[in-house]
Amino acid sequence: MKAKQQRLILVIIALLAIVGAGLLAAWSLRNQANYFYLPEQMASEPPEVGQAVRLGGMVKAGSIQTMPDGVTVNFMVTGNTADAIPVRYSGILPDLFVENSGVVAEGSLGPDGVFVATNLLAKHDENYVPKELEGMGTEQAAKMAAETTVGLK
Amino acid sequence: MTAEIGLAALWLAAALAVLQMVSGAFALRAAEGEVNALAIYARPAAVVQAFLAVLAFIMLLYAFATTDLSIKLVASNSHSMKPMLYKLTGTWGNHEGSMLLWVGVLALSGGLLAGFEKRLPERTMGATLAVQGFVALGFYAFLLLSSNPFERLPVPAAEGIGLNPLLQDIGLAIHPPTLYAGYVGLSVAFSLAMGALLTNQVNPAFARVLRPWVLGAWVLLTFGITAGSYWAYYELGWGGWWFWDPVENASLMPWLAATALMHSVSVLAARDALRTWTIMLGVLAFSMSMLGTFLVRSGVLTSVHAFAVDPERGAFILGLLLLYIGGAFTIFALRAGAVAEGKRFAVASREGALVFNNVMLSAILAIVLLGTLYPLLTEAFDVRVSVGPPYFNPASAIFAVPMFLVMAVGPLLRWKSDKPARLQIELGLIAALVIGTIVLVSFFGQFPLLPLLGLGLAAALAVAAFMPLRGRKLWRVPVATWGMVLAHFGVAVSLFGMACEGAFSQERLAAVAPGGTEQIGDFSVTLQSVTPVAGPNWTAIEARLAISESGGEPVILYPQARSFWSPPMSTSESALLTRWDGQLYAVIGNQAEDGRWQIRVWWKPFVTFIWYGGLLIALGGVLAIAGRVKVDVKRRTASTKGAERRADLEALGASPAPAE
Repeated sequence: MKAKQQRLILVIIALLAIVGAGLLAAWSLRNQANYFYLPEQMASEPPEVGQAVRLGGMVKAGSIQTMPDGVTVNFMVTGNTADAIPVRYSGILPDLFVENSGVVAEGSLGPDGVFVATNLLAKHDENYVPKELEGMGTEQAAKMAAETTVGLK
Repeated sequence: MTAEIGLAALWLAAALAVLQMVSGAFALRAAEGEVNALAIYARPAAVVQAFLAVLAFIMLLYAFATTDLSIKLVASNSHSMKPMLYKLTGTWGNHEGSMLLWVGVLALSGGLLAGFEKRLPERTMGATLAVQGFVALGFYAFLLLSSNPFERLPVPAAEGIGLNPLLQDIGLAIHPPTLYAGYVGLSVAFSLAMGALLTNQVNPAFARVLRPWVLGAWVLLTFGITAGSYWAYYELGWGGWWFWDPVENASLMPWLAATALMHSVSVLAARDALRTWTIMLGVLAFSMSMLGTFLVRSGVLTSVHAFAVDPERGAFILGLLLLYIGGAFTIFALRAGAVAEGKRFAVASREGALVFNNVMLSAILAIVLLGTLYPLLTEAFDVRVSVGPPYFNPASAIFAVPMFLVMAVGPLLRWKSDKPARLQIELGLIAALVIGTIVLVSFFGQFPLLPLLGLGLAAALAVAAFMPLRGRKLWRVPVATWGMVLAHFGVAVSLFGMACEGAFSQERLAAVAPGGTEQIGDFSVTLQSVTPVAGPNWTAIEARLAISESGGEPVILYPQARSFWSPPMSTSESALLTRWDGQLYAVIGNQAEDGRWQIRVWWKPFVTFIWYGGLLIALGGVLAIAGRVKVDVKRRTASTKGAERRADLEALGASPAPAE
């Protein structure tokens, strides 16, 4: 094999692998990416049952109920309209998880229409608003985040 | 005064970067072997610049240590009540300070290169320093024009705002400086690669100069990522050790590129093959560290790392990113054709295996890169998505599995050309270990596919890592080879930890009244009491958990839920019980209305192996550097001695000495 040919073959193999990786990434990103829903979007066009998505909105006042086991909570998430989505979460609540504050729930919609959250992202401090919630009646907080510092995951 | 001295030092350093750039460029105009009269300033400029940039950083460090509240940065990020350690580490726990650290390390490594590297031809060195100066200049401009760390307040603040409590941890002393030093080490590798490309000096001698920088950067990145992962694990209180968070990916991508580069540099140094490929990886590795800096520092991501969200800064870094990466790839495209062909090799050879793994690493890099950028891309079209483990884990495993298999075999192959038939026994053993472990583990229960594969590969890799030592006298094996063995073994250890954590972790979440007991694995966890406690700048509720393993003597753990008041924020301080075979991880949550407390406990078998493995990999890198330095020193002493002897003989008027 000539040197030039070997180099060419190497380049082709490398390109194939990288393009393969790119195609694979594009294909699985379409399937695996976690889409973000507002409560009104989830009410009008619900995602498939069991598909991993994120739901973001405000915790409705008076809706937080702790179940008898002490670790499961049910609450409603509202958005810009009257639609409210019931959410169930088992776990330790974020520190500043309170009524009328913003929350992003990661999880999936159950067959009974209850959104089962595996993880909750809430405001951790007054400077930080989950990125998805910026501009949802929390402009002031978002502005503070822009002006000052600290963000939290 | 300190702030003014620091600022003046920064401006002077920026001016010297210009001098270094111009003077270095003149070296290119000199003929081969000659020195251009204007090129002699590049080295001193780099050295003095290093002193000035480090001085500026020390000034900021001093301002933080004394909590000089007339400086805006100190007032908005520090607090007089903070413990001294966190005052100091707080210097780089913010945007401006961390960029100053970046620039300081960049200038320092440029100075070291200019001061101590005498092996390269002057033209190549000049071009390298010119590129280094160009890179540094961009960052000086960024600091001075849009993120001045020394800005004064018109009126000194009465008290500072404080540091993000999550950052008030010893981790901040280790994780950012090592990662930055790693990123910056890659910038030197980039400058060297550009210098060699511009002056057409891509050869084994150049690879030997490049290698310690790549190895050093890679060791620091490995260590920084390991430290960051452990920090996130115990500080965030979620029990996870890797979240595929964009910021974590930003540190992983340069590491992947640096791993590929390190192996390719070794091939270039040992065999004079893979010339263009090495240069391309050098450009890629630095591009990834620039991209990492952009992702973390521009505020396009909201995370604990995004200190400031300022569109102007984001645009500035994006501009720098495009300038450097675009420029580098343009030069690469124009000059790569001129790089002479390296030595050839067969597919079944050590070079072949290394190339394969280089390609696999690049593919994983592509997977991670696309997954990280995809949410940013869709956001431009107003679709909000997040990409997490369901994408990253399987997609990267598709390339990681063949990579690990080839990694087990690669070091056993001969250079240039080899017959796989020669390695029948070894190949059989590796295959048997992979399959045997998977079958054995599946016998005990149902486990997810990826951890199962991980266990099989870890077993095979652990044994295969030591195979290159077979049949060799152990005390005669070069130090660098020990480094490789150790690093490869570290990968196996780390993989084993990850697989065990994925397959065998147990979790218990319950509301417990004081005095109540929960069972997890072999452990019984009793909540004895919950009490309020206070620290220097926080208050907390602290649980007293008595953990007893199989009914043995109980150990007390104290997980806390802390509330900081400046800035006001709550964190969850996990409590860890470390055993040789795993870790018990306990977190306390809220109190339910009926007075019970939420307790979350994990038993994670062998989870610590993840970080032990990371440390082993880094240690392997250190040994490789030590081994190379040793050989290099030996060679230099030998050639000095040879020269002396020749001189002596000539002085005696004897016949010329035979060639060395």
